Amino acid sequence: MKVIEVSNLRKQYRDQLAVDDVSFTVEEGEIFGVLGPNGAGKTTTVECVAGLRTPDSGTVRVLGGLSGTKLKNQLGVQLQSSLLPSKIKVWEALDLYASFYRVPANWITLMERVGLADKRNTPYGKLSGGQQQRLSIALALIGNPRVAILDELTTGLDPQARRDTWGLIRQIREDGVTIVLVTHFMEEAERLCDRIAVIDSGRVVAVDSPAGLISMVDRQQTVTFRRSRAFDDAVLRNLAEVTGVSRTGEQITVTGTGNLLLAITTALASADVVPADLRMEQATLDDAFLSLTGKKISA
Amino acid sequence: MNKMIMVEAKLFLREPGGPIFAILLPLALLLGLGSTSGLREPIPELGGERLIDTQFPSMMVLLSVVTMALTLLPGTLVTYRENGVLRRLSTTPIRPVRLLVAQVVNNLATAVVATVLLIVLGGVVLGSASPKNVLAFTGVFVLGTASMFGLGLLIAAVAPSAKTAPAIGSLLMFPLLYISGMWTPRETMPEILQRIGDFLPMAPFGDALRATWAGHAPQPLHLAVMAATVLITGVAASRLFRWE
Repeated sequence: MKVIEVSNLRKQYRDQLAVDDVSFTVEEGEIFGVLGPNGAGKTTTVECVAGLRTPDSGTVRVLGGLSGTKLKNQLGVQLQSSLLPSKIKVWEALDLYASFYRVPANWITLMERVGLADKRNTPYGKLSGGQQQRLSIALALIGNPRVAILDELTTGLDPQARRDTWGLIRQIREDGVTIVLVTHFMEEAERLCDRIAVIDSGRVVAVDSPAGLISMVDRQQTVTFRRSRAFDDAVLRNLAEVTGVSRTGEQITVTGTGNLLLAITTALASADVVPADLRMEQATLDDAFLSLTGKKISA
Repeated sequence: MNKMIMVEAKLFLREPGGPIFAILLPLALLLGLGSTSGLREPIPELGGERLIDTQFPSMMVLLSVVTMALTLLPGTLVTYRENGVLRRLSTTPIRPVRLLVAQVVNNLATAVVATVLLIVLGGVVLGSASPKNVLAFTGVFVLGTASMFGLGLLIAAVAPSAKTAPAIGSLLMFPLLYISGMWTPRETMPEILQRIGDFLPMAPFGDALRATWAGHAPQPLHLAVMAATVLITGVAASRLFRWE
């Protein structure tokens, strides 16, 4: 079932075109990534989906065409840079926001789930960045939404807090909540998302799974190792999978396709060469992004 | 709604600097200066009335209300806008205007507390008379306070940042307080200043407080100016208010 359908969305601010032409659909139960560099139009796009902005043209259908309060009852949103008053305690914020919904989640359970039970009486301003983000996620989920939009969830978090947050997102999906994740963070998109829309300069340049996006770029693989003794390059060069061999000192770099790694190790074994520090590099989502948009994303 | 007011009240009391200032400054001025002889002598220009009778206490009530309305309220609201508190609320099923209502309720409650303290402690410590026409005094207080809060909401609507909001409030507040007779009774001012004051938002409130305190009826012109202020600022603030 299609939970979100966006077609030919366009939004212009006074002096700049934020979203030019964006279309995508989000299926029920998936984690859908909206990936793009800063200023690509990601936030404006999801704000239109959340009903916070009116598109200039194009259509947005969420949950079969809900709008207004009905939509807001079913849609949880965690926006970029929305703080809470610094003196509000964790439990007060949860209790207050629960009162806004007709059928709220049990906030005590939710508080435990996001790991803030021991911070129950801590004021918002005294929480760490990661804890504030987790509270923010909890507030987005407090109305028992069917869809949650999470914008730049882990920006500014340390690696551990980031990983914890990813775990939390996976759990939420397990509960059947469809998640739209806006990010400019490659690793996050690659690890978490089922499908990703790559947005650049207000347009969708590709929609696919992370693996699908990666396979769009050059399929070439690279294997590097240090040789244990000198040997004739031809041992490798003659393999069907190999397209190139180069050597810098003791370091050999082999490029090729197919089952390259197996072919190389087999050939080296029969030539009695032991490869040390054997490493294989494949194209990453970064490479895919670079080839799709012609620019590197800023981390 | 009740929960929102409760939570906002708790937050309000957790940063008590502002409210305490709005209550204690007028109270300290009243009790401190009220016992000096200058304020206790009959003044011929005021028809033999003493400053301590109605002029000074009324001005202190005015000071307390406008401090809340023109500096504290806009400061808090613009901070909420700047920090995205209002934006987050707009993603929920409730309307963010409820937060404005909750804020107004809290500030209003503080203004009432301050006024009651001024009347009661003024009576006990200085022996000043309480407002003679309680019903009219209350009516004037409600109308005048509404007009000042309307002005405060308008400041919150147009202030570009949380830093400038209280500054704009103060910039408006002090000249208006002057012309309302905060430092020198309006009767002793040049005629032209008195006439200008009649049509500005604050002086009619101060005059009406004094009149009802003394047991007189407030001037219809002053009531009209207050009502017009409520209407104009209310409409303008709701048109101009930005939620993000």
